[in-house]
Amino acid sequence: MSLRIGVVTFPGSLDDVDARRAVEVAGHEAVALWHGDHDLRRVDAVVLPGGFSYGDYLRCGAISRFAPVMREVVAGAARGLPVLGICNGFQILCESHLLPGALVRNQAMRFVCRDQRLGIENAATAWTAAYQAGQEIVVPLKNGEGCYVADEHTLDELEGERRVVARYLEVNPNGSMRDIAGITNARGNVVGLMPHPEHAVEPGFGPGTDGLGFFTLVEALVG
Amino acid sequence: MARVVVDVMLKPEILDPQGKAVAGALPRLGFEGVSDVRQGKRFELEVDGEVTDERLEQLHEIAGTLLSNPVIEDYQVHVS
Repeated sequence: MSLRIGVVTFPGSLDDVDARRAVEVAGHEAVALWHGDHDLRRVDAVVLPGGFSYGDYLRCGAISRFAPVMREVVAGAARGLPVLGICNGFQILCESHLLPGALVRNQAMRFVCRDQRLGIENAATAWTAAYQAGQEIVVPLKNGEGCYVADEHTLDELEGERRVVARYLEVNPNGSMRDIAGITNARGNVVGLMPHPEHAVEPGFGPGTDGLGFFTLVEALVG
Repeated sequence: MARVVVDVMLKPEILDPQGKAVAGALPRLGFEGVSDVRQGKRFELEVDGEVTDERLEQLHEIAGTLLSNPVIEDYQVHVS
């Protein structure tokens, strides 16, 4: 059955249209949500897309965290609503304290854009159920502030609870601690991912279709 | 009216590649003897009326929730 998946557009979002397209390619209905919205229009899941919301002023994601729609997203996440934050969306999830840690400037001080090999380590989240644990995928990665940091205790906890969703393989493009590319919350409904699966959902565009699995949410895992 | 300054710095254990880049540029410009640079942010807030204890508490809340991210940064509030 097709689900209603909301994609939030903030001022400065870049990948909202690609994310909506990915949702549709995966067979679901994409619902455009606006940062100033006070309700989520009965969507079954929410994607926070990549980009430079509010110009990345102050810190990436710091101002978006206080956007009216985020109040609804935080409340929804607490009820079990699946939320996927990609790139800037991951930064917003960390700033909102829906996920632990933070994303800081790439260690090498350069914006990185490449097709990135990832290992999917947790295939039990709402967003990764289409994959097998241990599966390797290639999707685009493009970020300037994608270096994941957290204290040792938090990192050990993430590893211990199998909450590292994806790890960089072959190359660590931004200096992220323990090669972390994506994590989830304890419940497994909120996932943050620095690389961009929405840019790898159709043959002929991007490195392949490995990213599509993130958008093929199944009803049984939603709500 | 009072001016309140909030300084925000990355925590010591967080790598600061911007500061490192600045430190790396100094010897190239002929400046010797600076072994490390860390880069932070300074906010100047114009506050109406007196800075009471209650207002100061609010300023700490502003500094700790919006101006800094406690996961990676420390802040200091200075009332002049």
